[in-house]
Amino acid sequence: MSIKFKKDDVIQNTVYDVYENYDESKSTVEDIILPERDKDKDPILDIRGLGIDFGGLTAVDEFTIAIGRTEIAGIIGPNGAGKTTIFNLLTKVYQPTRGTFLFDGKDTSGMTTTQISKMGIARTFQNIRLFDKLTVEENVKAAMHEEVNYGLASGIFHGPKYRKQEKAAHERALELLSIFDMQDLADYQASSLPYGAQRRLEIVRALATNPKVLLLDEPAAGMNPSETAELMNNIRKIRDTFGIAILLIEHDMSLVMNVCEGIAVLNFGRIIAKGTPEEIQNNPAVIEAYLGKKKEAK
Amino acid sequence: MKMKIKNGRLSPYTKNSIISYGIVIIAFVVVSVLNGMGLVSSTLQGQLVPICAYIIMAVSLNLVVGISGELSLGHAGFMSAGAFTAIVVSGMLEASDMPVIARFAIAVVCGAIVAGVLGFLIGIPVLRLRGDYLAIVTLAFGEIIKNIMNIVYAGVDSHGFHLRANPDLGLEESGRMLLNGPMGATAVQRLSTFTAGFVLVLITLFVVQNIMNSKQGRAIMACRDNRIAAESIGLNVMKYKLMAFTVSAALAGMGGALFGLNFSTLLPIKFNFNTSVLILVFVVLGGLGNIWGSIIAATILTVLPEVLRQFADYRMLAYAIVLILVMIFTYSPKIKNFTQNFMENTFRKKDKKPEAEGGAAV
Ligand SMILES: Nc1ncnc2c1ncn2[C@@H]1O[C@H](COP(=O)(O)OP(=O)(O)OP(=O)(O)O)[C@@H](O)[C@H]1O
Ligand SMILES: [Mg+2]
Repeated sequence: MSIKFKKDDVIQNTVYDVYENYDESKSTVEDIILPERDKDKDPILDIRGLGIDFGGLTAVDEFTIAIGRTEIAGIIGPNGAGKTTIFNLLTKVYQPTRGTFLFDGKDTSGMTTTQISKMGIARTFQNIRLFDKLTVEENVKAAMHEEVNYGLASGIFHGPKYRKQEKAAHERALELLSIFDMQDLADYQASSLPYGAQRRLEIVRALATNPKVLLLDEPAAGMNPSETAELMNNIRKIRDTFGIAILLIEHDMSLVMNVCEGIAVLNFGRIIAKGTPEEIQNNPAVIEAYLGKKKEAK
Repeated sequence: MKMKIKNGRLSPYTKNSIISYGIVIIAFVVVSVLNGMGLVSSTLQGQLVPICAYIIMAVSLNLVVGISGELSLGHAGFMSAGAFTAIVVSGMLEASDMPVIARFAIAVVCGAIVAGVLGFLIGIPVLRLRGDYLAIVTLAFGEIIKNIMNIVYAGVDSHGFHLRANPDLGLEESGRMLLNGPMGATAVQRLSTFTAGFVLVLITLFVVQNIMNSKQGRAIMACRDNRIAAESIGLNVMKYKLMAFTVSAALAGMGGALFGLNFSTLLPIKFNFNTSVLILVFVVLGGLGNIWGSIIAATILTVLPEVLRQFADYRMLAYAIVLILVMIFTYSPKIKNFTQNFMENTFRKKDKKPEAEGGAAV
C-alpha cells in the first residue's frame, strides 16, 4: 500500500495542504483492505464505484472500498469532501448516479432507506436528528420496532402481548443505554440532553435496530477530549460486544488514528488515499499534516 | 445542564392520561349532579351532547395534527360521514324491536367504520403530500364529502334500503325518507344522551392515549419529529401516518354519529369548512399533542358562543376577540414561562391536583 502524496513534498502544516498538493495522476488506490481476522470472510460492505452528481456538481465519484465484518473503518477529508454524502448514499437517502454497493453479498440497487435499515445498516447524523419530543427511552424503543411487533389492536387495548413486549423493550433499552452509562437519563426528553449525550443517544438508537454495520457521522463533534477518549473506548466496546462493522467519519485525528483499522482519505468526492493508520501515519507528510491539523483545528 | 425535573415516577403519558380522564369524569359527575338538582340551564343542557361530540372531534384531530404532525382541514367531512351513516343505520333499525342502546351502539359503530374506511382511502393518496399541500387537499376532500351528502337521497321501505343521487327513490307508501339531499336528515330519532356522549369521550381518550403510549404511537411521533431519522431506523413513515389518519377519521365518525343522533334534523352544510377550522382551533388552542388541552378548549369554545348570546349582533366579534386574547396568552413566551413556573410551584406545594383545576374549567 502506497500513500498517494507527492514524494518530494516539503513538510506541510495542515491536512488541507496535503489535499491541495495531491497529484491525481499518481493515484493507485487499492480496492480492498480488510483486517486479518475478516480476510477469509466476504466483506459486509462492498462498495463499488459509487458516485452521485447534484446538478453539475460531482459530490462523490468512484468511491470503492470494502469493509470487513468486524472492522472499524474511517473516512476522513476536508469539509465538503463528500463524506456525509457517502453515508446518504449507503442509507439510500440519495440514490447513486453511478455504481452500487453490496451488503452482505446482496446488491442494494433501488432499495429504500427503510429496506436498508431492515437489512442491517444503521447510522447517526452529523447534524443530530433525534426524536426531540420523545423521551430518551422512547427514542431507543422506537428503533426496536422489529422485535416489538404487536399490532394496532394490542397498541390500543394494552393486552398481555403488549405488556410482555413493552417490558422486554424497556429492559433492552436500558441495557443499550447503559453502554454509555445513560440509563438514568431514560425519562428525560431527548431535546433536553446536553449535546454530547444527544450524540451518544443517536448511537444507542442506531444500535437498537440490531445493525450489522454502524455508520457514525462525526461522533466526536462537539465533545471535549475526555469525552472523546471515552467515546473511543465505547466504539471498540460496541464492535467487540456486538461483533459488527463500524464506519465512521471524523475530523478528530486522534480518534481516527486510534480506533480505525482502515482509513480512506477523501477530497473533492474522490478517494486520494487508503490504508491502515500506520501506513497513513508513516508518511512524513501525513504525520505532519495530521499533527498540524490536530492542533490547529481544535 | 438544563434538564426538566420529573414529578414522581409517572411517565408523562400516564400523568397526562390521568389528567384527561380526571377532567372528563369529574366534569360528568359535577354536571350530572347539578342537573339532578335542576341547576343546569336549558341552553347548557342542549349543549351537553354537542360538547361531547366536539371533544371527540378535537381529540381525534389532535391525533393527526398534534401527534402525527400533519395539518388536516377536512375533519368535518369524516364527522359528516359518521353522522349520516349513523342516521341511516338507526333509521333502518327503527322498525325492529331492538333496545335503543343496541340501536345507538350499532349506528355509532357503523358511523365509525364508514368514516374510518373513508379516511383510509383518502389517506392513501393524500398523505403523500406534506404541509400546506396536504392541508389544501384535505380541505378539498372535506368539501367533496359535503357536496356528495348534498345530492344523496336515501330511504327505506319493505323492499329494503334505497340510495340514489336524485329524490325519486320510488318508495312505497309505508316507506320513509332518511336522507333528503341538501335538506339533510329530518325526523331523526334522537338517540344520543349525555351519558352516551360521556362514554364515547372515554372511548376516544382510551384509544388515543393508549396509542400514544404504544409502539404505534412512538412510531407516529418519531415520524413527526424527524422523518429522515425515522426512515433511517426502518420505520415505514407512510404506514404510520396512514394509521394515525385512519384511526382519527374513525373516531371522528364516532363523534359525528353522536352529533347526528342528537338533533331531529341535520343539514349536510353543517359539516363545512368552518366546522373543520373550528375543530382545528380547539386543537391548536388546547395545545398540539395535548389531549386534555383539546378537551378544555373544545368545551369552552362550544359553550362560549351561547354565553356571548347577550352581545347579540356582536357575538361573533366577541368570540373572535376572546380567541385572539387566548392565543396571545397561551403563546406568548413570557406568559408561557410564567404559567410553567406557576404550575411547577403549585404542583410541588400541593401534591398535584390537576384534575380538580381542569374540572372547574369545564
Ligand atoms: N442535497 C444536495 N444537493 C446539492 N449539493 C449537495 C447536497 N448534499 C451535499 N451536497 C454537496 O456535496 C458536497 C459534499 O457534501 P458533504 O456534506 O458530503 O461533505 P462532508 O464531507 O460531509 O463535509 P463536512 O466535513 O463539512 O461534513 C458539498 O459540496 C455539498 O454542498
Ligand atoms: Mg459531513
